[in-house]
Amino acid sequence: MKIAVLVKQVPGAESPLPIHSNQKWVDEDAVAYVMNESDNYALEEALQIKEANSEGEVVVISLGPDRIQKVIREALAKGADRAIHIQIDTVGAIDPLATASHFADALKEENFDLIFSGLQSDDFGMAQTGVIIGEMLGMATASLVMAIETGGGKIKVKRELEAGWFQWVSLSLPASLTIQSGLNTPRYPSLKGIMGAKKKEIKVVTPNPVEANQSLEKIYVPHSDKQTVMIEGSVDQMVEKLIHTFRNDIKVL
Amino acid sequence: MDALFFTDEHTMLVNMVRDFADNEITPIAAELDEVESFPRALVNQMAELGLMGIPIPEELGGAGMDTVAYAAAVMELGCADASVAITMAAHTSLGTSPIVIAGTDKQKKKFVPPLASGEMIGAFGLTEPEAGSDAGATKTRAVKKGNEYVVNGGKIFITNAGEAGILNLTSRIIDDGEDLGIGAFIVPTNTRGLKLGPKEKKMGWRASDTRQIFFEDMVIPAENMLGTPGKGFKTFLETLTGGRISVAALSVGTALGAYERALKYATERKAFGMEIHEFQAVGNKLADMATEIEAAKLLTFHAAWMKDQGKNIIKEAAMAKLFASEMAMKTTTEAIQILGGYGYVKEYDVERYFRDAKILEIGEGTSEIQRLIISKNIIKTVKGL
Repeated sequence: MKIAVLVKQVPGAESPLPIHSNQKWVDEDAVAYVMNESDNYALEEALQIKEANSEGEVVVISLGPDRIQKVIREALAKGADRAIHIQIDTVGAIDPLATASHFADALKEENFDLIFSGLQSDDFGMAQTGVIIGEMLGMATASLVMAIETGGGKIKVKRELEAGWFQWVSLSLPASLTIQSGLNTPRYPSLKGIMGAKKKEIKVVTPNPVEANQSLEKIYVPHSDKQTVMIEGSVDQMVEKLIHTFRNDIKVL
Repeated sequence: MDALFFTDEHTMLVNMVRDFADNEITPIAAELDEVESFPRALVNQMAELGLMGIPIPEELGGAGMDTVAYAAAVMELGCADASVAITMAAHTSLGTSPIVIAGTDKQKKKFVPPLASGEMIGAFGLTEPEAGSDAGATKTRAVKKGNEYVVNGGKIFITNAGEAGILNLTSRIIDDGEDLGIGAFIVPTNTRGLKLGPKEKKMGWRASDTRQIFFEDMVIPAENMLGTPGKGFKTFLETLTGGRISVAALSVGTALGAYERALKYATERKAFGMEIHEFQAVGNKLADMATEIEAAKLLTFHAAWMKDQGKNIIKEAAMAKLFASEMAMKTTTEAIQILGGYGYVKEYDVERYFRDAKILEIGEGTSEIQRLIISKNIIKTVKGL
């Protein structure tokens, strides 16, 4: 089984997030980055499938500037066999269609049996990349996957639905799955893995330009302004003033 | 500072150990301390990750990393739980490294791999009621009989004693009635005649297993002798600086654990309408703590780095150990002061760091002994000896 795992480097939950002076994104120099949480579970699931079958390959793929090699190395230290780094400046890039087509380009010649991605990224939370890739590469696709059973050239996955409901779905291979956090216990990288990671291949590819349909215009901390106005007088006076306020100040009428 | 000493691998190691400590150790540290329970499950997990043989060469089953990596890992573990950190540190720097440094090829191949993998825990027996830093006063005697030695005597304050599979012990060596001086043996702890005392009840490091060990007509094959007895062996003990780097690193970790809790508290607790760090009396304490932790970290990593360069670090290891341990005592004391009454109750976990700090000024040579070593070494440079 040849499995691709998409990992994203995102700001850690406890990282400072100062906005960059250009207001296009946060100041990346001040951010403490980590591997996206659900991607970590996706990687663990891929490694466990490979270990259970005692054969196969786990290839980790990530998109972004040089700094993302930190999470690539972490994935290699945990046991991924090799990596592909799609090198691109991601500041202000928030178009899942563009992101997915970069990945699809890098993935299509590799003929993976399975493509795993985290359910969603902890920074933008679009939850679309894995699903769009499945569509672009003509693969069976399932999202919100909580368990995977492999065998006989097919897979069965358990999907999380609303209100505590689950659904088991059979899919033919190849397939693209987006993985929900919590389906396994991600491992720590061993010292052997850490020392061995630098010997593993990281193929750096430059993507073909893709026109983005959406981009970040400006980010800012919302200005909160709370004002309390007490309206006094008789009921008629209060209603009159309230309507006046709705119509002229708040402009909702 | 990290950039000065750390490679990418060091950074990955530190991140891994920190994650491991946050998820697996910190949640149970207070309980381990309370019930004085040896962290066997944690040690097994650490063994799987390769943390029980960090600076041991790969061909002997270790991770093949350097002293900087080892010190960084001890620091991170110590930040969560000093007992777990000292278990790993004593196992590595005292239980395993002496065999790597002084053992024959045969001894290394036989004894080091199970220690480096963490399958077996190691310990070191040097201290006696009247001998510690003064190793020359050792009373334990090994008398040669044919191809064996018969050992009688005892050791005190032995870290990991009750859990160890291998004990490196020092002894007087008597051959044909002649006292050859101090030597050492590698002893499997299931050897007949080796007896363990009860677990010591301690002020700190309570989850670490510390005991007396007695030797009663314990027979050791001569091939288990480590190094050559006599003057050279004393030099070997002096160059066994790994233990001091361990305690220096553990001191930085212990101080950091207390400091981080004090820092958090100082930004949450309000008095007279201000967060308490805004009072200079508290803010200055935090500034001093942060500065001194940084200084101790630099001394520790510098000594570790020098060791990795193959340099003589007797003075530097003593300086790092002295400064870092006294800094840890001071920092944990001030951390309690910042938390006030909460610092004194167990729930806030700062008093544990305070209790764990005191031994740092004692173990691996007291502060007084470190000053003696340092002064001797600086006088040497003036006298041109």
